[in-house]
Amino acid sequence: MSDTQTTNDPVIRFTDVHKSFGEKVVLAGFSMELQRGRTLSIMGPSGVGKSVTLKHAIGILTADSGSVEVFGQEMSQITKKELSTIRKRMGYVFQEGALINWLSVGDNVALPLRENTDLTEDEIRDKVNKRLELVHIPDSWDLMPSEISGGMKKRVGIARALITDPELILYDEPNAGLDPEIARSINALIRELQERLGVSSLVVEHRIDCIKAVSDEVLFLDGGKTVFQSDPDSFFHSNHPRLARFFGTESA
Amino acid sequence: MEEAQPTQAAGKLTPAPQRELAFFKFLRGEGERIELLLRTLHRISHVPKRRRLIYEQMFLSGIQTLHVVLLVGLFIGMIVSLQTGIELAKLGQQDQIGTIVAVSMAREMGPFITAIVLAATVGSAIAAELGTMSVSNELEALKVMSIDRLSLLVLPRLIALAVIAPLLTLVCDTVGIVGGAFVANAQLNVGFEMYMTSAIDALRPTGFFLNIPKDLYAGLIKAVVFGGMIATISCNEGLKASGGALGVGRATRSSVRDAIIGVIVINYFMTWFMYQA
Repeated sequence: MSDTQTTNDPVIRFTDVHKSFGEKVVLAGFSMELQRGRTLSIMGPSGVGKSVTLKHAIGILTADSGSVEVFGQEMSQITKKELSTIRKRMGYVFQEGALINWLSVGDNVALPLRENTDLTEDEIRDKVNKRLELVHIPDSWDLMPSEISGGMKKRVGIARALITDPELILYDEPNAGLDPEIARSINALIRELQERLGVSSLVVEHRIDCIKAVSDEVLFLDGGKTVFQSDPDSFFHSNHPRLARFFGTESA
Repeated sequence: MEEAQPTQAAGKLTPAPQRELAFFKFLRGEGERIELLLRTLHRISHVPKRRRLIYEQMFLSGIQTLHVVLLVGLFIGMIVSLQTGIELAKLGQQDQIGTIVAVSMAREMGPFITAIVLAATVGSAIAAELGTMSVSNELEALKVMSIDRLSLLVLPRLIALAVIAPLLTLVCDTVGIVGGAFVANAQLNVGFEMYMTSAIDALRPTGFFLNIPKDLYAGLIKAVVFGGMIATISCNEGLKASGGALGVGRATRSSVRDAIIGVIVINYFMTWFMYQA
């Protein structure tokens, strides 16, 4: 944990964030907080800026105005080296896995350790094997990304995100493109990891079953702002007109 | 040019995008490539760490192009021999065919043909590979893992092509001279021994730069530059590819086109510098 942060401080804090691409306004005064050890899911219509929010949190995008703080550090005011240090404390699970095509499953998971640490090859192999077991795909080291299913790619992506023992994991639609059975197993895995490792998680997702399964809190993003935020139970029983329109439950 | 209209975005005024003049676009593109080259060379100390990737890239580049270089080099030597031989025969100077083929292969045709083959085969493959990584978020994944993409992806390809290009050029020079000898012997009645004697005399060591014939080392220096340039252009096009399969196709096409144009333009200036300046 950084020197400037206490355990009560949020891991991520967005305050009045604005972001536009050309004339398209994506975030217009968006604010939210993710508390340590909690899982916050962001839900909303397509193209509303959910993935853009994740990219701000990992420092790929910078806000036009407003403040994005991660681990207590303002992202617009940090050096490249500080950004690199922050990123090493985070894991990012991409929608399609984003595995490096020319590396095997094991080498993909080992890559952050080989590039960013001084661990020996034996230590790296040991750690990777443990992570592959944790995501329930042991003995898959030598498989190539082109040889594995979408669900398995997600598991490898999660194992890679976990390999550096992050304090925070960002999930970009972890259930996208998966059948309900595989999606349920991925949800169970995400929840299991949260409980066993105690990491904070920010999840962007469309699927209600996933959000119900993994979230401590749900935020509905629309028009560049938070429309509604609550625990999953209240969220899915809310009478908020925008949510009712989104879920198709509004009365005629 | 259209006048820039201010637009309302995120609660503040931002200028509307302007259409960029082609000349400035060209300058910006070349600037990007030079920046990529310099930033990659800044990581030259990473070479020992990347040696396995460099060997892999050298092996792949060599395998992909060796048979093409052999075939094209052989026929280029035969063509040069036949074209010059026909004219020299009119003057009774057939004994000079070996000289002309050897000098033209070593100085010009060897490095040039090798560079064109490398741009078309290896350069296009690099742009397609990195372009696919770009559009499938693999490059973004490296970024969020704080992995140095230039050290991992660009440096091995740059070093591999800068090393493999002169080696392939030597192969091209050799088969070209041998191809020329076949034609001289079979079609122009020049003895194999006479042809080889004049070819070897033409490439006689000049007494400086490790005693390597100037025509040979000039060609090899060109090959190193061409190899590095092809790698830089291809990597740059691949890294900035966007827009799915269409973007990968665009990156591949522009990498081959720009590398070939670059080879021709740089070739002129290097020839001028090494032989006239």
